[in-house]
Amino acid sequence: MNSDLLFDFSVNRENKTVRILREFNAGIDLVWDAWTTPELLDRWWGPKPMVAKTKIMNFEVGGRRFFAMISPDGQERWFLQKFTSISPKTNFKTYNTFADKDENPELPGSDWDLNFSEQNGTTKVDITITNESRERFERIADGFREGFTLGLQQLDELLLTLSQK
Amino acid sequence: MRRDVFQAIADPTRRAIIALIALHAMTPNAIADHFNMTRQAISKHMKILTECELVKPDHKGREIYYQLEIDKIKEVDKWVEQYRKIWETRLNQLDDLLATIKKAEK
Repeated sequence: MNSDLLFDFSVNRENKTVRILREFNAGIDLVWDAWTTPELLDRWWGPKPMVAKTKIMNFEVGGRRFFAMISPDGQERWFLQKFTSISPKTNFKTYNTFADKDENPELPGSDWDLNFSEQNGTTKVDITITNESRERFERIADGFREGFTLGLQQLDELLLTLSQK
Repeated sequence: MRRDVFQAIADPTRRAIIALIALHAMTPNAIADHFNMTRQAISKHMKILTECELVKPDHKGREIYYQLEIDKIKEVDKWVEQYRKIWETRLNQLDDLLATIKKAEK
């Protein structure tokens, strides 16, 4: 990452919101495509060591993205994003829930508001995530946590098995 | 009723109490002195903070001293840090992808 580019992450517990600001060294057309095209999304959404796989996506108001985040051991965690508003190359909004593999949502969810703007060839993405409930807010990192800690858990289990011999 | 840490720290008074007793353990009366609040109102906040295990009452004679549970506070930070890390990693990956595409277009 170019260190001149902005990255700001802030949490507001009272409003149950998370705000993420990030600049990219690319024009708005390309950045917009990267956020709204399933083939491109799956190439960066991850995050490592996880990979994202979009099963269904129709980017239109009322449409949805149904995707899984897959951990290194093959465990899938499903997510459903409904597109509630789209202003091309300016803004889109989604309603997000965890889901099961059959696309049944787990309520409550969260609202995402994503704003895109370009200045001198740099594109800024401004994301606000508002959670419907405190409980949901607390669980926001679920699924990721599992992926990140998995490696360590496997090591723990291995050590336990070895020490019992 | 189930209490959670995030509910506890959502309240500005409770955050101020946490900041106050982070310095040293205090009695409810001493805490109340710092706020324009009744001892009763402070007790209510202390009850919630205790239920969330963010503070621990320590009985010394007839006085109760509340002290901060540092590990529990760290847990909160860890949670935010994890979520931040997710987005940081993800957006760095987008950086890489954008660079790859731009290179291919040249």
